[in-house]
Amino acid sequence: MNEERDLAADDVAPGDEFEGAGSLGAAVRSYLVGFLLAIVLTAVSFYLARSTLVWEPSIPIALSVLAIAQMGVHLVFFLHITAGPDSVNNIMALAFGLLIVMLLVFGSLWIMANLDHNMLPMDQILNMQR
Amino acid sequence: MNAVAGGASGALRAPTGHGKKLEDRRTHDQSKRIIAGYGFWIFLISDIILFSAFFATYAVLTDSTAGGAGGRALFDLKSVGIETGCLLTSSLTCGLAAVGSRFRRSDLFQLAMAATFVLGAAFIALEVHEFARMVRAGNGPTRSAFLSAFFALIGCHGLHVSAGLLWLLTMMAQVRARGYRPEILRRILCFSLFWHTLDIVWIGLFSLVYLVGVAR
Repeated sequence: MNEERDLAADDVAPGDEFEGAGSLGAAVRSYLVGFLLAIVLTAVSFYLARSTLVWEPSIPIALSVLAIAQMGVHLVFFLHITAGPDSVNNIMALAFGLLIVMLLVFGSLWIMANLDHNMLPMDQILNMQR
Repeated sequence: MNAVAGGASGALRAPTGHGKKLEDRRTHDQSKRIIAGYGFWIFLISDIILFSAFFATYAVLTDSTAGGAGGRALFDLKSVGIETGCLLTSSLTCGLAAVGSRFRRSDLFQLAMAATFVLGAAFIALEVHEFARMVRAGNGPTRSAFLSAFFALIGCHGLHVSAGLLWLLTMMAQVRARGYRPEILRRILCFSLFWHTLDIVWIGLFSLVYLVGVAR
């Protein structure tokens, strides 16, 4: 019976904390830490978007990095998707989703930029139709 | 939830009688909770893929403004900043509501859920206001491919948040009427996953649509 019990207890539902946070105060504190980190990252993003502090062409990349960092903070502190052994299934599903997301976004951008590059300028197309 | 499961393994490991039945019951609830949470997590990942398709469309069409205004002229970062603050804080209060339900603290749960509703509703109100302002100025979704993709992407997120608000009210009412039964706790788990995921999607949207749109 013990083994049966452990099988179920071995996994953790996404969103459930699986260790620590045994008291109400500790659970609340973990959310507050995540919230503070997220606020800082958001503030930096908004500041960076209009600042002249950094080299301008690097701003979109900096904003992407900050966004990914903040998504990581949310995953760990709010959704409790961690790298812990009990969370492997949740991580694997997320990793597969991210693979599809990357293929979709970068694949679309790549293919459409390529088509755009190979297409004749619009005035030449109009001339050919004459 | 772990507090419950941990208590069961420590004190109630009696192999026979009432203790065994109680422990089986708890193990059963715990594994059902994992299955429900995991299934909903897979749905949410498919939802993220849906958003990424809308985002890919938007990214391809950012420069197709058909001679109209682009993101730099249209986006109001002050309003977007307030929207972001609302949604971020609502993610915190939603987490506090989940903690409240875990420790059976109805005062914390109902208060945090109400705060989440108010913040989510404020987010939707601001977004609708922004949309109305843009449409009135002649920059509606029919103006250019860029604006069609923009309204589809942001509107899709707004619809998700609106559906989340209805779900939120349902959960408040169910807890009030029936208490913290296992199936209701499972629904609260799924709702909080949904709400946090919408916030994660919004991080991508405010960073890559609004801030990059204004910066470039």
